[in-house]
Amino acid sequence: MKVPSLRDNAIAAALVLCAGFALVFFYAPLDADQGFIQKIFYLHVPLAMCSLAGFVIGGVFAIAHLRTGKSIYDVRSYVSIHLSVIFGVGVLITGSIWAKASWGKWWVWDEPTLVSFLIVFLLYATYYPLRYAIDDRDRQARYASVFAITAGAFVPLNFVAVRMAQSLVHPRVFATANGGLPGSMLLTFLVCLAGMALLWIALVRFELAAKAASASLSRLRRAIEGEEYAPPSGSRIAPRVPSSATSPS
Amino acid sequence: MSGATVEARRPSTFGALRAILAKDLRVELRTLQSVPAMALFALTTFVLFRYGLDRKTLSGGLAAGVLLATVLFAAILAINRLFVAERDEGGFDGIRLAPVDGSALLGAKAAALVIYLLLLEVIAVPAFGLFFLDTWGGVPALFGVLVLADLGLAATGVLISSIAANSRARDLLVPLVLLPLLVPVMIAAGGAAQQLLAAGGPSYDGVAKWLAVLTFYDLTFAAVGFAVYDYLLED
Repeated sequence: MKVPSLRDNAIAAALVLCAGFALVFFYAPLDADQGFIQKIFYLHVPLAMCSLAGFVIGGVFAIAHLRTGKSIYDVRSYVSIHLSVIFGVGVLITGSIWAKASWGKWWVWDEPTLVSFLIVFLLYATYYPLRYAIDDRDRQARYASVFAITAGAFVPLNFVAVRMAQSLVHPRVFATANGGLPGSMLLTFLVCLAGMALLWIALVRFELAAKAASASLSRLRRAIEGEEYAPPSGSRIAPRVPSSATSPS
Repeated sequence: MSGATVEARRPSTFGALRAILAKDLRVELRTLQSVPAMALFALTTFVLFRYGLDRKTLSGGLAAGVLLATVLFAAILAINRLFVAERDEGGFDGIRLAPVDGSALLGAKAAALVIYLLLLEVIAVPAFGLFFLDTWGGVPALFGVLVLADLGLAATGVLISSIAANSRARDLLVPLVLLPLLVPVMIAAGGAAQQLLAAGGPSYDGVAKWLAVLTFYDLTFAAVGFAVYDYLLED
């Protein structure tokens, strides 16, 4: 199976997302209980699902890294988690807006999914200081993978614990009294979810391509300028792309 | 001496674990650097809470929160120090060179941490009762909750401590990474302790549910630790 190029991937993400948002505003019906503000659901929930899936994918890459020892998996794990943290900021902001519109407060502790997400987000935010605190690159990669696996196991556990701690759970859009999401809303939601997933994948691939390009640039500079070439001392957190992985694909 | 072979006796993992644990407990007994500090920290924190909350007695959720937050923060003190000797005196290299499984080191550290925490609680819980509680009925059952919480603390604490021991910002990293990981412990232990410390005497409603969550947490992170310990010791 041929993997679509990054450009096609990005174009597909833009098209599907545009189609999704067109459906949100012109096709999906207004929610009977919540009215217009419910439409943020089509942005908030796909963002959250992609972000959580990205954390899990980061954990899977971390397992691959520990098993094979290939540093390209560490780079992939890092980029997955990095993009998911960025998506996570979007989740918290859109969730906060939704809470303000629905309950009149910017933050409510009664919404277990959002609270769980905050805890998961706080945990993954420590991924950066963790990487930053370890100088040796091999060790940094290994420990970051251990962290990604531990945090990956933490995600479902945390959701269960937070949900159990709620005395009352607010009505969910998916499971309303009259039996789930109406077909038109479900279709709109699925298109938005697909668009967001494509966007996440495109951004991850873009970031990986950018890292690979700057790694080969460094190598070329070193080849031309000799050993005295000092690579730009940018972020020491981001893992270095191994030379075997920089061949154009 | 024909026929006599030099028997390369490979110590069992459990034997190595016991030896490291005995070493740690002996060091602790001689230097008294973890448990007394934790106990003192806990007592001082209770006094701070007395004025911070402006309460002379506590019950229910407030009592559970004060006790558990204090225990968790006191645990951080011990977790920070857990691998200091190993790092400074080359203990990590020793384990790597010795013909024993690395799980012996992490298991021994986890066991030592559980023992420190139990000692802390033997001091801190009666002090807490003395300072704040009207009824002591729930305290025996509370120890059951604390033991399960301690096991969870030990499982995640050892993982994060061994990572942090080899980093630059050791003292910073442990609380930073560990506290979010401990939120489910706080939720479950707090949920149970809240019932046990309720104002009108302990109630046991829903305590079993929280004990199940704590057990599940302990098993999950023990399994994660067991799966990854090799990569923490590799160099």
